[in-house]
Amino acid sequence: MSVFSPATRDRFERLAASYPQPRSALVPMLLYAQDELGYLPPEAIAEIAALLGETELAVREVIGYYSMLRTAPAGRYHVQVCTNISCMLRGGEEVLAHCQRRLGIHNRQTTPDGMFSIEEVECMGACAWAPALQVNYDFHQELDPAKVDEILEKYRRQG
Amino acid sequence: MAERPAYPAAHPAEVRVVSQRFGDPRAATLAGYLDTGGYQALGKALGLNGGEAMAPEAIIEEVKKSSLRGRGGAGFPTGLKWSFIPKGGDKPKYVLCNADESEPGTCKDRLILEHDPFAIIEGITIAGRAIGAQRGFIYIRGEYRYVLDIMQRALAEAYAAGYLGANIRGSGFSFDILAHTGAGAYECGEESALMESLEGKRGIPRLKPPFPAISGLYGCPTVINNVETLASVPPIILRGGDWFLNIGLPKNGGPRLFSLSGQVQNRGVYELPLGFPLRRLIEEVGGGVLGGSLKAVVPGGSSTPIFTAEEALGLNLDYDSVGKAGSFLGSGGVVVINDRTCMVRFALRVMQFYRHESCGWCVPCREGTNWLQLALTRFHRGDGRPEDVDLFTDVAQNILGRTLCPLGDAAAMPILSIVRKFRSEFEDHLHGRPCPFAAESSAVPVA
Ligand SMILES: Cc1cc2nc3c(=O)[nH]c(=O)nc-3n(C[C@H](O)[C@H](O)[C@H](O)COP(=O)(O)O)c2cc1C
Ligand code: FES
Repeated sequence: MSVFSPATRDRFERLAASYPQPRSALVPMLLYAQDELGYLPPEAIAEIAALLGETELAVREVIGYYSMLRTAPAGRYHVQVCTNISCMLRGGEEVLAHCQRRLGIHNRQTTPDGMFSIEEVECMGACAWAPALQVNYDFHQELDPAKVDEILEKYRRQG
Repeated sequence: MAERPAYPAAHPAEVRVVSQRFGDPRAATLAGYLDTGGYQALGKALGLNGGEAMAPEAIIEEVKKSSLRGRGGAGFPTGLKWSFIPKGGDKPKYVLCNADESEPGTCKDRLILEHDPFAIIEGITIAGRAIGAQRGFIYIRGEYRYVLDIMQRALAEAYAAGYLGANIRGSGFSFDILAHTGAGAYECGEESALMESLEGKRGIPRLKPPFPAISGLYGCPTVINNVETLASVPPIILRGGDWFLNIGLPKNGGPRLFSLSGQVQNRGVYELPLGFPLRRLIEEVGGGVLGGSLKAVVPGGSSTPIFTAEEALGLNLDYDSVGKAGSFLGSGGVVVINDRTCMVRFALRVMQFYRHESCGWCVPCREGTNWLQLALTRFHRGDGRPEDVDLFTDVAQNILGRTLCPLGDAAAMPILSIVRKFRSEFEDHLHGRPCPFAAESSAVPVA
């Protein structure tokens, strides 16, 4: 039994075959696995290791290195706020503080209903449109507290 | 629900070469790309339009003539880099496109990837032809998922129309490109760490030499270039190296993209001729400083040594001028800082970044960035000791030049320059005094 959907399992097999060495597919596979499952549970790690003929330890070592990969669930909407220099100069830290107040959680915590989590992150390539945040993979830019409220409310209503 | 940056019409000072199709929806499809002059350069290189194919050496020669220098950070001459790839040999060769864009203050590769994906594909293919490679990879940072989707759609279209794959458009040249996602790591933008990551490992840098031209991806000869560097190649091949060179300055060919951010009125990504005065970028193109007067400018991304207002206003933005003034043009990320910003807090935020991103392999970088972050936090809070100021410099000096990859230098250079040029601001935090900038938040909120 696979922990992944048939489509994802299929995609992984194609991915492994598309590089000169199958292990090259590891990082993308882990990210796509997380996209589907929300995080990387032990069964997913074991299955990916087996698929690539690597040890679970080797896979875990790689997971530990990359900041986007996680082995515990986050909120359905993972709010990543940039506070690096270009954002800081335009109020990024205030945006982070506002998100925390609004959602009632600290950095790296998840709301009790599992809807939102917050993470302070590094530069996301939106410096000229700072301050910026990403909700999962979606960019939001030129933020102020009122705009942040609007964005969070939209996701909340989306459920 | 996601937002995309809007693209205003070109500022009169701009020379749009790699940004020629920004905001043009036609560039999203292969048909539209062909309609807007796309693939004419590859056609010329492979002799697809009736003319004779260019010899690989002739392609490299043209790029050398253009004085195109790397747009990723180090500014190495691109043609020269390509010429280091050994001719022949039985190992496969690779072209890597570095789309990891994560140097704070830099947001320009994202626009090329989003607005002109085929130009990057064409540039990589020409590079492959020039060095005798048959495969290329585009390493895209994990956060840029929509960009990965755009790139994968573009690749599929290029394959379907025979612009990639076996025997491209009947030329006899075969070339494959795969778009690959990272998963969050600044260090993976460093070329050897990127190769490790692309091999499915932790992004730990490699000891050099051997350089990638001899032993790169999978131990094979490899050229690695930044997105913007590769996107500059088709116009150079099409219009000639001299044309490109003449837009810029000797040894500093062409225009380049500048990401203008921070406390300045008209932030954005602007394509300006190399040698463009920084004063004009801030005042004329940028519309002036926001929320105060100019205090400092970071010229090329967070790792490049900072300039005071006075230094900045006399500076021209080309590799050699910025180098002579003691910094680097880097990734072209210009960050403007006004006089209401606390430089200790700024230095602390920069250090927090490098501490977070240090891969931990080299002790001076791992321990030095950690100590500096802790000490700067304590110092900014008001618990600093007079001797700390020199200690910051001392610790940073002991990171500099003592690490496998330049991340250590990238962490040390900003703090060294900030302490040296804004020492009095550090002293103002001593003896239990609160941060002099605390009363007024230096951050300028978006109107
Ligand atoms: C820590 C570190 C991070 C880097 N990040 C990037 C990056 O995100 N994008 C990039 O193009 N180059 C980056 N570089 C520079 C690359 O190592 C390499 O020099 C560059 O990709 C070469 O391409 P170019 O000659 O076209 O600039 C980084 C270097 C270091 C030391
Ligand atoms: S500094 Fe926040 S996006 Fe670059």
